[in-house]
Amino acid sequence: MDLVEAHSAIVAPRGIWWRPAGKQEKIWVTLAFIWCMVLFAMMPIWHLKGGQNPSGVRAKVAPADYFARVEKFVGDYKVGEDGGMPVVAPPPGSEIYLLGQMWRWYPVLKLKEGAHYTLHLSSLDINHGFSLYPVNLNFQIVPGYDYGLKIVPNKAGDFRIVCNEFCGINHHMMVGRVIVE
Amino acid sequence: MATIAQALIAGPRSRTCEVTGLTVEWHAETLLKVNAVVAVVNFLIGVIAAFGVVMTRWQAVHLLPADLFYRFLTLHGLNMLIFFIIFFEMAVLYFAGPILLSCRLPAPRVGWLAFALMLLGMLVVNTMVLQGRADVLFTSYPPLQAHPLYYLGIILFAVGALLVTALFFATLVVARRERTYEGSIPLVSFGALTAAIIAVITLLHGAVIYIPTLLWSLGYMTIDPQVYRMVWWGLGHSSQQINVAAHVSIWYLLAALTVGGVVVNEKISRMAFVLYVLFISMASAHHLLVDPGMGPAWKVWNTSYAMYLAVLASMVHGFTVPAGIEMGQRLRGYTHGAFEWLKKAPWGDPGFSGMALSVVIFGFIGGITGVTIGTEQINIIVHNTLRVPGHFHSTVVGGTALAFMAVTYYVLPLIFRKRVAFWGLAKLQPYIFGLGIVILSMSMIFQGIFGVPRRHWDVSFANAPFQVEYHPAVQIFQATMGLGGLLAIAGGLAYIVIAVVTVFFGRPFRLGDTRDPSGVPPGIWRLPRQVHEGASVAAAHQTGTPGTLVLVLIFFSAFILYYFANWKILSFLWKVG
Repeated sequence: MDLVEAHSAIVAPRGIWWRPAGKQEKIWVTLAFIWCMVLFAMMPIWHLKGGQNPSGVRAKVAPADYFARVEKFVGDYKVGEDGGMPVVAPPPGSEIYLLGQMWRWYPVLKLKEGAHYTLHLSSLDINHGFSLYPVNLNFQIVPGYDYGLKIVPNKAGDFRIVCNEFCGINHHMMVGRVIVE
Repeated sequence: MATIAQALIAGPRSRTCEVTGLTVEWHAETLLKVNAVVAVVNFLIGVIAAFGVVMTRWQAVHLLPADLFYRFLTLHGLNMLIFFIIFFEMAVLYFAGPILLSCRLPAPRVGWLAFALMLLGMLVVNTMVLQGRADVLFTSYPPLQAHPLYYLGIILFAVGALLVTALFFATLVVARRERTYEGSIPLVSFGALTAAIIAVITLLHGAVIYIPTLLWSLGYMTIDPQVYRMVWWGLGHSSQQINVAAHVSIWYLLAALTVGGVVVNEKISRMAFVLYVLFISMASAHHLLVDPGMGPAWKVWNTSYAMYLAVLASMVHGFTVPAGIEMGQRLRGYTHGAFEWLKKAPWGDPGFSGMALSVVIFGFIGGITGVTIGTEQINIIVHNTLRVPGHFHSTVVGGTALAFMAVTYYVLPLIFRKRVAFWGLAKLQPYIFGLGIVILSMSMIFQGIFGVPRRHWDVSFANAPFQVEYHPAVQIFQATMGLGGLLAIAGGLAYIVIAVVTVFFGRPFRLGDTRDPSGVPPGIWRLPRQVHEGASVAAAHQTGTPGTLVLVLIFFSAFILYYFANWKILSFLWKVG
């Protein structure tokens, strides 16, 4: 029995309430659905056409092994020091290694504008947040996981790495440096 | 205690509500009350913690030292997101189940046991945090480790909440069998049902993650930090979906009580709630979009296909709730032009204004920013910046908490049978709180766009090896964040004072006592028609809801603009892949 009636949301609806939608509802639901499909499609499209994706070359790695890789990288390409921290200038195209640990980013990187690198990120102890400032590039650093991001710096500058995942009492002191020439 | 014991022995007593005609059973009503009162106490703890947090993030003030800041931040997250909201949702279940269906509460002892478990769990957790034995923040990411009792307290709380949802399901069965209502359950109860189903899924994720974590804290097993993040967010985001289902149900409830808002189409509204149930867990992926443990296929699939159907559901309710209000208002005679129904709506009724503000803040700020920043690639410029708490203060606080405040103004006279204290202040309270939250959220979002981190004690980075200079605008937004936060805190304290004074010292409310209307919302003095029949309805369906259509098209335009603007900003970044 389909009554011409309207009731509020606290009333138990009687009869058959499974009714076709009105015209305005249909317009809105259709528009909203199309929009949702646009939202979905944008992501694969950007993977194909866009320049920024969080894909990375990913692997599991024991913190001790990752530390050894970082030290080898520092040994190979070190060019100086900055406040006690080694400054490392890897050649374009190379695999570069950065680690986060309570409470520092190690080492300082010196990169070339327009060059391609694979930037490996991992933590030696707990979760940290890699936040390249002022670019505003943000990634989660998880111990036991190597996040190898293919990056191309597009502007020269003196950048900072801020830790943006809570990592203990000196979290605010965890600041690193990336120089791009 | 004595009266509880008496009632347990003597069996159920009930009364007939003079306003709605519903049969209200004593256990259901009393359990609603105790859960609501404890919810407000936890809200107070959360507000005090909020003061410490926001006055520290405003660097010019920088109130707390580092250790207390992170402790207050932990306290704030737990008491707001878990204890306040879930205790309040237990009250919502008692309302939407036994009370709305005029049914007795089967097995009230289970309800009392559940309440005791939740209370105990909450006290254990808060004690651990205050003692400094759980400085791990609300997410407690391993390898950060808290005292085992912290995890045990959360498990106890979750078990209690699960029992209440079980009791809710049992009530639905009993109500049907004892035929306490005819037809299908009302939409509000249906919405609460979907919230309860999502709660079960959420709490099961919680068990899967907190039990191993408890064992790990006792030294019995290891935990992979990436797996923890993945499973924890299955609990963490799904719990927000409970909140959404609950506050949308409350929107429909308040629309009915304040203006006689109607359900434009039961099928559409119910299908939208079902979409929430089907797709919540997958949406949790948007917390893991820049994590190393999962690949792009997993990220895109989970954050999109599923979340966008849940987004579709929200966009549907974003239409049907205002449309229901518009149609209800048109049926009451406000038919002039496209917007008389809105202009002549009861903006002085805090039940209405709180609900309306909740719809707008949740939709415009919360929804639009949320979907955008939950896009796999756009998340790169957002993750762990202050944009994230800016977003979720507009959804959970501007959306859920404000809706809960709005419904409180009806619960106080209807369930607690008291006139609302400080009625003049009560009428202003949703506006004060809403405005404060909007200013706070927008300020955090702008700071995040400039790269300011979340969960951070000192963004002047004093004593760090390298200096960081933020854009000068950041200082301005810190000040507006502080001021917006203070305004919201004022609004929150007003709510607490009004609620506490009303419950314990309020003047009794009797429907017949109309000489002095203050302290009781207009919808209670004269409940709007809840059912309309005949020619007026046919005419209303013909006209439809032109005002709402305009409003949602404005919303849609804002959505499209904000979304594509963010892709543009992303495109300026270094190439990364």
